[in-house]
This record gives sequence, structure tokens and C-alpha cells, in this order.
Amino acid sequence: MASEDVKLLGGWPSPYVMRPRIALNIKSVNYEFLEEKFGSKSDLLLKSNPVYKKIPVLIHGEKPICESLIIVEYVDEVWNSGHTILPSDPYDRAVARFWATYIDDKWFPGIRAISRADGEEAKKKAVEEVIAGLVLLEDAFIKCSKGKSFFGGDKIGYLDIALGCFLGWLRVTEKLGNFALLDESKTPNLFKWAEKFSSDDAVKDIMPQTDKLMEFAKVLMAKSKAS
Amino acid sequence: MAEVKLYGWWSSPFTHRIEVALKLKGVEYEFISEDVRNKSPSLLKYNPVLKKIPVLVHNGKPICESLVILEYIDETWEVGPSLLPKDPYERAMVRFWAKLLDEKCFPAMRNAFLSIGEEQEKAKEESTELLKFLEGTLSGNKFFGGDTIGMVDIVANFISYWFIIVQELAGLQVLTKEKFPKLCEWMDEYLNSDIIRENLPHKDKLTAIYQARFLDAAAANAAVAGGGGSPK
Repeated sequence: MASEDVKLLGGWPSPYVMRPRIALNIKSVNYEFLEEKFGSKSDLLLKSNPVYKKIPVLIHGEKPICESLIIVEYVDEVWNSGHTILPSDPYDRAVARFWATYIDDKWFPGIRAISRADGEEAKKKAVEEVIAGLVLLEDAFIKCSKGKSFFGGDKIGYLDIALGCFLGWLRVTEKLGNFALLDESKTPNLFKWAEKFSSDDAVKDIMPQTDKLMEFAKVLMAKSKAS
Repeated sequence: MAEVKLYGWWSSPFTHRIEVALKLKGVEYEFISEDVRNKSPSLLKYNPVLKKIPVLVHNGKPICESLVILEYIDETWEVGPSLLPKDPYERAMVRFWAKLLDEKCFPAMRNAFLSIGEEQEKAKEESTELLKFLEGTLSGNKFFGGDTIGMVDIVANFISYWFIIVQELAGLQVLTKEKFPKLCEWMDEYLNSDIIRENLPHKDKLTAIYQARFLDAAAANAAVAGGGGSPK
């Protein structure tokens, strides 16, 4: 299918926006990145995603596709270039989709909970929960990777994208709180994986720099304190 | 010979989704009843992370989360009707609506039933807004899936049966024929279609448990109003 007219509505700091960008990079699809101004929603965004009014939105031809992981699956199904992103076996696909759901519904909200935690005790508990989640994901990595570099095997796959997009924010949380979440002793495989993922060709140019993201996080925190 | 087991609970709409999908595909399975108030070692073994039903176990391998299970069933058993369309854009739309139903519609509609006061008003408003989107997707079609039942119809099951029961119990007027004529027509088509009609949980039994839940919530809410802690 021709890569005609592919637009992605998004923002550089958003881990969810990173997901379709990685997928499009894997497939070498040329697309126009339309950066939404932080704090406001463009008419195009409101028209393309009237239900959620959120980024990312992929617009292919005139058709909008919303929700980051749904976009990743769409990209994988439409473009045959590069490598396949979802595993080929239905059971492996189910496992990958399960963990992606876990990451979005349980694990990443845990990271946000750290910054919202009130007091040392609550913060400690929130940190422990995120680390416990990473231990589960370490186990998932061992099972899914089957000894290779990524959840997807030799190449980046769906679950790598689902988790890896959060590495920037994970590092910011670590720096701001002065603690380790991704610990080499507790989750050695994920620790190694994080480095490999971040330096992959499809990822390295769009992974936000931790310092830049930290500045952005500070602006966000100041705004939320003010409101 | 494939061995298929479904761990679930008779009253759960999430379990019911999987039963419908398996029956539509003509897959024989063993149903293992799991009371989540008293989780069996098998459930904890097959779903150690979330410890929830439904869990499908196919040849010893567990698959968890109803939306994930539905896609697995569609990809594994290519006989019978397809639960998802073939076109990638149509598939993306099915996944989008299924996610919306679970992440937004279900919690809003549950809250509309179980909460009171301002929280309930908010939940009713949110439910109405979401139902409007669903109503809009039904233009001219018998089912969300077109002429035949598809994944969105199956995922929307709680609207067609469970919500109607609790709506009546709570005296709500959220989902009415006047406000949502197409959705109500869809409900009739869905509930009267063969596999669905023959496999719904017993209405009186379901009403009884939701009545109990409604009364529990009302008592908890009254206790809060009386000056206790927070409900739930």
C-alpha cells in the first residue's frame, strides 16, 4: 500500500505518541508529524478524535485512527515493509497484548502515582509497586524474548514498543526522586534491554532526551501546583 | 484434540463474552466455575498477575483479559463467523469501540447504578455522552458488526442485558427508546439472535444479585452521608 498522505498528530514529550512513530519508522513510512501545541487542542485533533480528543491520532488518507496501540497494530497490518511488529503466533500475540494492557492499565499509572504520592511512606510504597511490576515484566521478557535481545526476539516488536516508550519518563522519575526504578540487580535483562531499545534505529531519534523531558516535567508540575 | 477450558462465573458479562465467541465458532469447551470471592489454585496459577476471570486455557496455555481472549479465539479458530473484519481500518475501528466500551462505558454505567448524588449525575451524563457515540455508529446496520454479530456486539453485551436490569433496579432513565432508538433496536436483535438468546444468564437470578449489590451500595452511601468514611 502506498505511503501516500500519512499524518501523525502528536507531541514530542508523549510516550503514547512515540509508539506509532516507532512503528512507522520500523516500516520506513514517510509521514508528516503535526505537533500539537501543549495546552491546546487543534481543530484537526478535535475533528479526528471527537471521542477522546487526545493524541496520538494517525490520519491515513482521510481516515483517522486513534489510541496508540491500536495505531501500532494498524501500521503493522497495512505496511509490509520492514519487519512484522506483532508476533506471528496467535498465542504469542495474546501474551504480548496481555502485557501491553497490564503496562497501560496497571504499571504506568504506578509511575504517575510516585509523583502524586503524599509523604515519604506513600512515595516508598509507590516506588515498590513500580519495581514489583518491573520484576513481573522481567519474567515476561525472559519468556517472550527466548534468549534474544528484545521482547519481539531479534527485532523490536509490539511489547518492546508498548513498554519502551515509557523509558524517558521512567528516567525522569528516577532523577527527580533520586532513586532507581530500573535496577540492574533486580531486573538485569530489562536493564540491558532498555539500553538496546533506546539505541535502536527506529527509536533513537525520537526518544526524548532525559534533560529536556525533565524541564518539561518541571513545567507540568508547576502548572498543576498552580491550578 | 484441542483442549479448551474457560474459567469464569455465570453472572459475569466478561465471561459471557467468551462463551458467546466460543459457541459462535463451534468450539467445545469445559466451563469451570470460579467464585472470585474464593479463588481456586488453578485461577491463581493461570492468571497470577491479575487473578481475574475470564481465563481461557487452550492446551494448557492460559490467555487472560476478555478483549485479548476474543482476538485469540478469532485468530485460532478460523471456522464460523469472523469476530473482526479483514480490512485494517475496520479492524482498528472495532478495537477502538471495544476499548471504549470497556474503559469508559462500563465504569460510567456501573457508577450510574451504584453511586448517588453528584457522582451519580456525573456518571449518568458520561454514560449518555458515550451511548450517543455508540448510537452514531449503528447507522442502518443490524449489528455493530454489520449483518452478523462481531466483536463490538459481543463486547457491548453488558449494555444489552446487564445494564437494562440494573437501570430498572436503580430507577434510571439513561438508556431509553426515545433517546437511543438505534441502540434499543440493536439490543432486540442481539438478544434475540440464536446463540445469545440460548445462553443468557437467568434474568431473575441476575436481578437478585444486582438488587443485593444495589442495596449494599445504598447502605454504604447512606453511612457516608451520615458522617462515616468514604464508600466502596
